[in-house]
Amino acid sequence: MKLQLMAQVNSFMAALVLIAAFAMLAQRKIKSLVALFAWQGLFLSINTAVVGLVAAKHHLYISSLLTLSLKVILLPYILHVLVARLKIRNEIETIVNIPTTMLIGIAIVIFSYHLTAPVREMSTLITRSTLAVALASVMIGLLMMITRKHAVTQIIGFLAMENGLFFAATSATYGMPLVVELGVALDVLIAAFIFGIFFFQISTTFDSLNVEQMKNLREDN
Amino acid sequence: MTLLVLIITPFVLALVLAFIGDRRFAPEVNILGSFLTFMASVALALDVYRYGPIIAGGKFFFVDAFSVYLSVLTAFVSMTTAVFSRRYMQREREHGRVGHVHMRFYHAMFQMFTFAMLLCLLTNNIGVLWIAMELATLSTVLLVSLYRTPNAIEAAWKYFILCGVGIAQALFGTVLLYFAAEKIIGEGGEALLWTNLIEVSGRLEPTILSLAFVFLVVGYGTKVGLVPLHNWLPDAHSEGPTPISAVLSGLLLNVALYALVRCKVLVDGSTHTHYAGNIMMGFGIISILVASFSIFRQKDIKRMFSYSSIEHMGIATFAFGLGGSIATFGALLHMLMHSLTKSSIFFTVGHACQMHRTQEIAKIKGLFKGDSFVGWTLMLGAMAIAGMPPFGIFTSEFLIFTAAIKDVPLLTPFILIGLGVAFAGLLRKVQYMVSGDVPSYSKPLPAARTPVILHMVLVLILAFYMPNFLNKWFQTAVELLR
Repeated sequence: MKLQLMAQVNSFMAALVLIAAFAMLAQRKIKSLVALFAWQGLFLSINTAVVGLVAAKHHLYISSLLTLSLKVILLPYILHVLVARLKIRNEIETIVNIPTTMLIGIAIVIFSYHLTAPVREMSTLITRSTLAVALASVMIGLLMMITRKHAVTQIIGFLAMENGLFFAATSATYGMPLVVELGVALDVLIAAFIFGIFFFQISTTFDSLNVEQMKNLREDN
Repeated sequence: MTLLVLIITPFVLALVLAFIGDRRFAPEVNILGSFLTFMASVALALDVYRYGPIIAGGKFFFVDAFSVYLSVLTAFVSMTTAVFSRRYMQREREHGRVGHVHMRFYHAMFQMFTFAMLLCLLTNNIGVLWIAMELATLSTVLLVSLYRTPNAIEAAWKYFILCGVGIAQALFGTVLLYFAAEKIIGEGGEALLWTNLIEVSGRLEPTILSLAFVFLVVGYGTKVGLVPLHNWLPDAHSEGPTPISAVLSGLLLNVALYALVRCKVLVDGSTHTHYAGNIMMGFGIISILVASFSIFRQKDIKRMFSYSSIEHMGIATFAFGLGGSIATFGALLHMLMHSLTKSSIFFTVGHACQMHRTQEIAKIKGLFKGDSFVGWTLMLGAMAIAGMPPFGIFTSEFLIFTAAIKDVPLLTPFILIGLGVAFAGLLRKVQYMVSGDVPSYSKPLPAARTPVILHMVLVLILAFYMPNFLNKWFQTAVELLR
């Protein structure tokens, strides 16, 4: 009974994480993107806590709290402050138009299910079927980084990828060992510090955060 | 104990230099600390030489012949780079390109970078290996943008984003690896320990490991600079300060390749096929070809030598993929020779650039007449990196090539074309820079000769005479990796 409940909660959260990923693909306003990123983090955190409760893995509580404080509170707050401080305009240009990116996103989900099929057959964990969703959200984060020209959206895509990876670790294996998860969280924190500095460097040097302006170093000139 | 000294020294130095890095004696502190790290690495190497592999710190650290030889190399090149950077950074400061805060940041991050690389090499946990690899990227990102020029910021942003994406794929690969291992070893930290994984590698599920290796090769391959994942590398290596170019080209690529090879051994143990090797050979060949043709088109001297780094990493990756004792021996030797030669080239290149106040090949001229030491070492370095005898790279390339003729004769023309094109491209451009008259804007500057001479002499000696201990290390490492 308990296991069934957990499986249901897990699948539900997986669905929400995927919906958040698609919503980020469709969203063009940066403020809403930051909010969506925080929501995705919240779903992850709840999912981790539930898995920890049912599987009686106590270290998952710590990673759940870590996710909550880092990805739901701290990072969105930092991004929010940066967006306000740098007076970023709302609309973002995309390289590929949004309906097309959504279609590519759907293809990615199907591809992820196909790719993780052998893993799903192998696993005995009840959370195993969500691995495909995790891989899909990693790939959708990557897609977002490729199709957006704005530095802040690229970073949000990067962090969404990281969310997907964390989800993969919880759903495939009940979480990585604690030392690894702490280390990864530390790396994300340092990365956050660095991109904060970068936003200021880019916006003072290039006048805006559109990364399309940075094309001096291409091979074809 | 020595292990602890080795890993803690750079970390403590990073903290100390973060506060005193702009003082007049800071470069000396940097050199002294790097020297201490180097001595510790030598002591550790002697231990491994005498007593075999070491497992320490509750299985957290694991040192064998493969990792200890790379640790000594890392500590050595960090030390010589610290010597080189003393004058170089002082002059950059006089030219007004860096300020007080920058100097503190530069020194602290230089040591942090050394720490991250050593942690990569010495840890037993492949999860920690990933973390340290990411830390190595993060500590150098802001060094690449140190000069705050538009180009430098663009290069650093590319470096940050592309390596971030790449390394994320490697983490997914690591999760899959953990997933496969956990079934056999059981949950918890034990299932990510290399020493445990290698024992049970025969029982790991081959389909999952094959899938994991694709992610790992894309992830760590990005950091090795394998084509087509190499876009960040020429930019990051050319826009940062030259000492950083030297350690990025000479050391970081090696460490990333180390991570990849460690994973390959696991996958090989599980699949019992040549699957992982074939992937690496493919990436290697493409890297050799694309990089060598790109060398021809370069107008910036540091970019040109970065492409040469991609080419050489391609050769080493190819050789590891090929497998077998001769090719693996060649690959290990190649990593060593490339590190020593390439960092010494970057030292001379940095010097030439400071003399001419530019990195453009067309504007650097008359080095033989202007400063014969810089001219000759650049010429000899270019000859060494192009694979001419009597330098060490010739030996390692020869070994790899012999093994390739025996096992994969059809691929040898591609390697040969790559090597030939790179040879022609490098020597043509370097010849242009060393000959001719000294231009009016070139100002003679005293060169830091010791590091360059030390590296060149080592490369020359190792081509003729391989000391017993090095030979034994390599043989043991070959046994581990075969």
